[in-house]
Amino acid sequence: MSTKTDKIDRLAELTASTETSTGASLWVEAWRRLKGSKMAVIGACIIGAFVVVAIVGPWVAPYSPTAQLWRGEVFTNQNIFVGPRAENWLGLDHLARDEFSRMLVGARQTLLVGIVATLLGFTIGALIGGASGAALVLGGKVGRRIDTVVMRVIDIMLALPSLLLAVSIAAVLGQSLTTVMIAVGVVQIPVFARLLRGAMLAQGGSDYVLAARALGVRKRRIALGHVLPNSLSPVIVQATLSLATAIIEAAALSYLGLGNPDAAEPEWGVMLAQAQDYFDSAPMLAIYPALGIIVTALGFTLLGEAMREALDPKLRS
Amino acid sequence: MALLSVDELTVTFTQRGRRDVKAVSGVSFDVDQGQVVGLVGESGCGKSVTSLALMGLLPSRGVKVGGRADFDGTDLLTLSGRRMRDLRGSQLAMIFQDPLSSLNPVVPIGVQVTEILTRHRRLKGEAARKEAASLLDRVGIPDPDRRLKEYPHQLSGGMRQRALIAMAVACAPRLLIADEPTTALDVTIQAQILELLKELVDQEGTALLMITHDLGVVAGLCDQVNVLYAGKVVESAARRELFEAPTHPYANGLLGSIPRLDAPRGEPLRPVRGSINDTIAWEDGCAFAPRCDHYTLECLQGTPVLGEPRKPGHQVRCVNPVLSGGAAELRRSVLPEPDEVPGADAAADGTGPEGDGPVEKADPAEKDAVETAGTAEKEAGA
Repeated sequence: MSTKTDKIDRLAELTASTETSTGASLWVEAWRRLKGSKMAVIGACIIGAFVVVAIVGPWVAPYSPTAQLWRGEVFTNQNIFVGPRAENWLGLDHLARDEFSRMLVGARQTLLVGIVATLLGFTIGALIGGASGAALVLGGKVGRRIDTVVMRVIDIMLALPSLLLAVSIAAVLGQSLTTVMIAVGVVQIPVFARLLRGAMLAQGGSDYVLAARALGVRKRRIALGHVLPNSLSPVIVQATLSLATAIIEAAALSYLGLGNPDAAEPEWGVMLAQAQDYFDSAPMLAIYPALGIIVTALGFTLLGEAMREALDPKLRS
Repeated sequence: MALLSVDELTVTFTQRGRRDVKAVSGVSFDVDQGQVVGLVGESGCGKSVTSLALMGLLPSRGVKVGGRADFDGTDLLTLSGRRMRDLRGSQLAMIFQDPLSSLNPVVPIGVQVTEILTRHRRLKGEAARKEAASLLDRVGIPDPDRRLKEYPHQLSGGMRQRALIAMAVACAPRLLIADEPTTALDVTIQAQILELLKELVDQEGTALLMITHDLGVVAGLCDQVNVLYAGKVVESAARRELFEAPTHPYANGLLGSIPRLDAPRGEPLRPVRGSINDTIAWEDGCAFAPRCDHYTLECLQGTPVLGEPRKPGHQVRCVNPVLSGGAAELRRSVLPEPDEVPGADAAADGTGPEGDGPVEKADPAEKDAVETAGTAEKEAGA
């Protein structure tokens, strides 16, 4: 008798412990696949390290980024640059400031520019693209007309070379970090708008939309409840990739002298621009910020690519 | 008065700089309450366009729809978009071919079912969820509470189609249009889904318009069959009548193309020769003439009209119909055994077993014959 109940209990235990699958959504599955992707893990590690540095950088920096560490010995001869040494891990820059501290503090500015610019481009672009796509899905003459007008404006924005657009925005708004953010963000708007609209347009013709229509689901509900959620994944991937380009573009604008003029707030792009004057005698001063920019951009690109793969419905099993 | 009465439905696709394409040219048929009507034909004959036109789902641009489709006294083709939307899902519903792509991949099944209930029956929250669960239960999905939380990719093909059927019957529609509901499913699941549809029709008195190219489906399910060719009904008859005595050469050829289990090995299939592209305009004559073995000069003088050369109620659009019932024995292998089909007994009496024919044996392989019929027809149509 007891073996029989034992048997039953054991079976119940085992069946209870087998994982019952409750709604693994697209996102849950994508997350699971992301965790398994080497590319994503490396990208995430780089980004994580970068974010940590950006947050705690100013506190852990051994010196103030503006402190000039004159020691008398520095300007005694032709070789004015001090290379890496125990007190200054990356040496001193042309004004004898600690390069390591400046790198740490500069990370924050760089991250800020990247995130704010991308958020700006993403939000406005997605709103425009979403409105346009929704108008198309809702159909009718009015919808098509709205879409045509919006898309022609976007076309005009796309026709301007991005750097030129950014330079002109910077020229109008003056030289500051905000300008760089706005300039880089505005350049991203048409990319997001086109992407979301295109995805919505493609989803609008899919079978489930027809099936939903066949059951009388309202157009607004179809546009927002069915088409939009299906169209978001390419846009989110693009946002991750855009963070990389935003950082590079912000650095480019700073390099061109449109960035923050305040020397008290170091920024990798500005540092790179200043280092080029001394490239002959101290190439490392250019290489540090450049490396920082490249590695960070690489991190975002890796994660973005991995997300693209994880979210691709064709690869889903 | 029929529930749905389609009269001279025409659908024309127009494109600037191109000749108009008439996908459906004057199709008429009736569907009564509780009746299963089949719309049969090969790809491109206008089956799906007919159903989309009835549902008002054709694009508004580049399409001209003519004729009438009276549903309970209102013409579906002239209804406003808003009224039509209210009707769809509540009075009319449709099931599509591919259950995976017909479900939204990023929305849980439960949301997609309750959405319909909220839209047409104003059910909200817990009430809607409960009703959705009971709907899934009714279409034979086990553990409905769990399934409601799942996403389409977590369900099997048959379960997805069941879920779609649940959505379609959520508001007890009076007419259900099924556009090849079993094409994307494998054979055993096909049989289950057909069984489910039959059950729903029997219980609810729903009218079912079955669109298919699978003669096996027709044999198992339909009361009345309309054979479409190049946008026109070429033969319309009760199921048994059609299978016993296919009178239009096209219908005759379709049934003749079905492989028989008792045929000697190595015997070639007999497809209907040519393809649906070998056609002439109906205005000039019979569109099937280029593929027909019987055509005469008479066939090429204007549109043939629907006549009743064999029996009243058995309509055939042909000048030279096939009147000798020589191939009747062959047809019998396609129809299910009389006891499998409720109400078929009476019709079967007239053609009762002759005794010695191998076809007549109650062979378990009989059922397979019905199922292979579909595949063969697909090949014949391709």
